[in-house]
Amino acid sequence: MLNISGTQINFLKVRVITFILSAILIFLSIGAFFVNGLNFGIDFKGGTLIEIETSQEIEISGLRDNLNTLELGDVQVQEFGSSKNLLIRVEQQLGGDQVQQDVVQIVKDSLGSYLSSDINFRRTEVVGPKVSGELIQSGAIAIFVAVFAMLVYIWFRFEWQFSLGAVLALVHDVILTIGVFCITQLEFNLPIIAAILTIVGYSMNDTVVVYDRVRENLRKYRSKEITDLLNLSINDTLSRTIVTSVTTLLALLSLFIFGGEVIKGFTFAMIWGVIVGTYSSIFVAAPLLRYLDVKREWNTTSAVDSTR
Amino acid sequence: MLYFSNLKIFSVLTVIIITLLFAVPNFFGKDQLETFPNFFPKQKVNLGLDLQGGSHLLLEVDTEEIIKERVENLNADVRRVLKKNNLNYSNFKVSNESLKFIVEGFNSEIQKEISELSMSNSQNILAMGDQTNLIITQEENTVQINFTEEFIKQSVSNAVAQSLEIVRRRIDELGTREPSIQREGSSRIIIQLPGIDDPDRIKSLLGQTAKLTFQLVDTSVNFDPFNPSKAPIGSEILASDADEEFKYIVKKRIMVGGENLVDAQPGFDPQTNEPIVSFRFDRIGATKFGRVTQQNVGKPFAIVLDNKVISAPVIREAILGGSGQISGGFDSEEANDLAILLRAGALPAPLIILEERSVGPDLGADSIEAGQFAAIIGFIAVIIFMIFVYRYFGLLADIALIINLFMVLGVLSLFQATLTLPGIAGIILTIGMAVDANVLIFERVKEEIRNGSNMMNAVENGYKRALSTILDANITTLIAAIILFFMASGPVRGFSITLAIGIFTSVFTAFTFTRLLISFNAKRLKPNFVGLSKNA
Repeated sequence: MLNISGTQINFLKVRVITFILSAILIFLSIGAFFVNGLNFGIDFKGGTLIEIETSQEIEISGLRDNLNTLELGDVQVQEFGSSKNLLIRVEQQLGGDQVQQDVVQIVKDSLGSYLSSDINFRRTEVVGPKVSGELIQSGAIAIFVAVFAMLVYIWFRFEWQFSLGAVLALVHDVILTIGVFCITQLEFNLPIIAAILTIVGYSMNDTVVVYDRVRENLRKYRSKEITDLLNLSINDTLSRTIVTSVTTLLALLSLFIFGGEVIKGFTFAMIWGVIVGTYSSIFVAAPLLRYLDVKREWNTTSAVDSTR
Repeated sequence: MLYFSNLKIFSVLTVIIITLLFAVPNFFGKDQLETFPNFFPKQKVNLGLDLQGGSHLLLEVDTEEIIKERVENLNADVRRVLKKNNLNYSNFKVSNESLKFIVEGFNSEIQKEISELSMSNSQNILAMGDQTNLIITQEENTVQINFTEEFIKQSVSNAVAQSLEIVRRRIDELGTREPSIQREGSSRIIIQLPGIDDPDRIKSLLGQTAKLTFQLVDTSVNFDPFNPSKAPIGSEILASDADEEFKYIVKKRIMVGGENLVDAQPGFDPQTNEPIVSFRFDRIGATKFGRVTQQNVGKPFAIVLDNKVISAPVIREAILGGSGQISGGFDSEEANDLAILLRAGALPAPLIILEERSVGPDLGADSIEAGQFAAIIGFIAVIIFMIFVYRYFGLLADIALIINLFMVLGVLSLFQATLTLPGIAGIILTIGMAVDANVLIFERVKEEIRNGSNMMNAVENGYKRALSTILDANITTLIAAIILFFMASGPVRGFSITLAIGIFTSVFTAFTFTRLLISFNAKRLKPNFVGLSKNA
């Protein structure tokens, strides 16, 4: 029987270590962002993506060389899930939106004459410069709006100290997620933005549960030392934090392993986000409250008095 | 908290059963559904293009082209008025959106004349009650003429609406299955074509403005068709449609235009067996066509499509019946497409394809299969884990989870929301997160027991205490889902929909259904039911 209840771990004791760890990770992420940068997919960079399935195995390097003679700029060919599934990426062509459309036909013609096997075109995506520019902008705006909305909500429901702590933890999670994409050079595309927004929601969810308990304990133990009180609150909610993270990770791992190639990057981002989000709720968001001078004089009557 | 009145039990179960009913059609084939009674819901989940296969195109109407055309018309109008009034102008400049020139003797009379002419030439665009569509400013002898912003906006808006209509007609003509054609923003059109994974033909149909004109060939000059000299005033050099290198010199004046066509059909020339397109003019077109052919027997007559000469046959005799045929060395599919284009009418401006996303039916089917399998495995893992941690209560939460999953499906079917691949991911994520509300409650219950409450009170207080936390925690995720819904489009939007539905159904089931299950057994509850050891 799993029982995590009633723990008395001194989480705040290690706060210096975890703060340093977080600082290092943030530093690495920002560094990787400027050194490696994000490996943008065609959603954000424009260009053409074609996924094909062939009846025989294809020698990739030969195909790559062949496609590179088409003078379409950089053409990438990679295996996608199996050796008969290939992903072909052609960089964005100069000359505006209309020109991009010709690429598909040129590549299809070339594949048809180069490969002797049957080709099944599973997916074709062409994103022109205008749309890719807009997508990257709206993606960035969405993340900012989401973080800001969380800030306002927590401020509204708690106090500004909580709001600030929660948002710092969120920013931490977003930076580390973008960082892991810079380091691994996994493709960063539109669904990853969706994953980051979900991480924002999930991490906030975790933080709110801890904060809720902090508020409750602040009412309950008026003279308890804040460090002890925070420790108590984290321990009180630890069992829930772990159980929910595990169930979420179980579902996500299943999706990662069995859900197919197309959403692998998306699932990876979310798995990473759940881990980082859980970590940050315990080791960043809660300990931060110690430095934010939280109000101790709470109204004793419970804010929520639900009777049905 | 544990007491449920019969009315409450009844309403909770009714809500759940009705939602589940809407999920049922997804497990039956179309034929089986036909046999169901009439009152039974028959709508299945609406699959996105990424799951059922299909093509998504985002087009933009080239609005610059529209403004350019307006300015060109204005240019002709202004010059005509100036000439008519014997005014000498110089430094005539045509820019993107305005005309500028130097002239002597420009007065309010002439200004009025230009305004009126321009107004009468753009009747179909102006909004009711517009006094003018021009802004004319004069500084000594320098005159500048602009269109009003309102007029430009109206022109663009009209052109987009017209384009939308013509795109719809062209696609309908092809007999595509359930296409969706929508206007997006001020100048864009989104086309969704289920079941089409190679939209080449549609793209080429949409890539042509299909402006058809009949113009006389200028026979006054001799020239080398492969290297023509400058065209005389009033004529222009146009390339042949079949051979870019081959040029014609054609009189600029349009004798008859495609707007006068009432019908166009593909067919075969009975003598040569060559594919042709036969067309028929309306009354005005027939009269014009008859007059031109009568006056120009023996001369070549160019049939021009999008500034390219399809053919330039010699007029043998006057064609008075208002019908004719085009042959230009095309194959039967080309003839068919040309007929479609002519029937649907010309686009007011070129369309630019900004984005294309096409998914073949195999990939869609594979994605569904993989998604279903991942969901089942994830589901089983979560179910086992919950029982492991919370024992009897875990089992109740699992029952709620199953109900919850079918409710998501039911709500999706009911509202005909689109399920996409990221949407399936959203459902799987929901499996993981849906137990959260129950976890929060169960943890509270354990705590209460540890603090000395008896089981009944512990459960009562557990629900009471967990409520605000559950609301706060889920509202944050809901905020993220809502923002995603408004910022994203296509597949990613599908993710925000399932995520949001999952939040509602999971909070609902935790607070009604699981509680109801617990209340049925309230008297016999023991601490080990929630995963605590017996003597805790």
